[in-house]
Amino acid sequence: MLETSNLECVRGNRTIFRDVSFAVRPGDCFRLTGPNGSGKTSLLRMLCGLLSPARGTICWKGAAIDTPDGEYFSVMTYIGHRHGVKDELTALENLRVSSGLHGIEISRESAAAALERMGLGGRENLPARFLSEGERRRVALARLRICRTSLWLLDEVMASLDRASMESVQLMLADHLAAGGMAIVATHQEMNFSNGRFQRIELAA
Amino acid sequence: MNRPSYIVMFRWVVWREIVLAWRRKSDVLSTLAFFVIVVSLFPLGMDPDSRVLRTIAPGVVWVSALLASMLALGRLFASDYADGTLEQMLIAPQPLGLIVAGKLLAQWLVTGLPLVLISPLLGLQFGLSTEGTRLMAVSLFAGVPALTLIGAIGAALTLGIRGGGVLLALIVLPLCIPVLVFGAGGNMALVGAVLALTVVFAPWAAASALRVAVE
Repeated sequence: MLETSNLECVRGNRTIFRDVSFAVRPGDCFRLTGPNGSGKTSLLRMLCGLLSPARGTICWKGAAIDTPDGEYFSVMTYIGHRHGVKDELTALENLRVSSGLHGIEISRESAAAALERMGLGGRENLPARFLSEGERRRVALARLRICRTSLWLLDEVMASLDRASMESVQLMLADHLAAGGMAIVATHQEMNFSNGRFQRIELAA
Repeated sequence: MNRPSYIVMFRWVVWREIVLAWRRKSDVLSTLAFFVIVVSLFPLGMDPDSRVLRTIAPGVVWVSALLASMLALGRLFASDYADGTLEQMLIAPQPLGLIVAGKLLAQWLVTGLPLVLISPLLGLQFGLSTEGTRLMAVSLFAGVPALTLIGAIGAALTLGIRGGGVLLALIVLPLCIPVLVFGAGGNMALVGAVLALTVVFAPWAAASALRVAVE
């Protein structure tokens, strides 16, 4: 499980948030809310080790996340605003490459199946520059279906998705939580689940 | 859950870079064309005395190779930085140095190797002997990867900075002087030594610089 204590974020001379502490246990979903500029993205970037906190600690199963040989980075998936989908590669190649970058080999068939389930059937061999923003985001999200990591950190992933895909993402999230996964989702959209413990972290402006 | 594997990661990084280069052929070809044109300007602009040309040939080809590899450096991390792929590389479970090494290997295959392969043809313009051409090609073969490796550190340091291109040249060109001196002088042992040193250290140095740039 993921535990943070007294996290403080300073950007430039400004303290964006301080004393943020929470613990995520298997089956928990945290919805991260707050006005623009309240540090949602900064908090998620801290949780995935891209930004070091000015103060406070982040621990995975009791050990700091940046412990050498720790397993944290192989059980965590972060999908940010900039989702890393390359224009020149096809949807299928993008998915296989992004899993490959994390050291996980996936077959052409399972990649195609994951894209199909994200509603991209028939478009898997189209270069990503011909896909709309929402479709590109779905290509990025398809990795969640395949890599089966236990902690998902999602930053505004619902943005530019249509209603049907938003529902399918929520369904995917619900399955993930039911299987004992954990998620922290920064979003302005309401999310409703029937199962899973559902909590909220509100960052003040 | 599958265990992440270093080999799988390395293979995908190299594959991806090569495919991307293939689909943006103009980038690769423009570097090569730049190299050919700059080298060709010297025989045209100078006294066509073959002795003079023969003496300056290795130096001219080396300086042009250095400038051409500088052109390719600006793109090394920029597009991955812009679209978020670089963040994903930073949080991958494998060491970032290994990912950078994979990128650089691919970069050398798509831009460095063609420079080396075309250099004997350019040697003809300077009336180089077979022996001289061979020496030049071999020194470029060992030296160009060293230039790319040193350049990668500069590219990582200047990532995301406005007007980074000029700064990149100011940082990287002085660092490349030893390689240039040894390479153009045909001192293969020292070029090899610099290459060995940079292969070991440059990917890790570039990786540390990337972490700072992304934060």
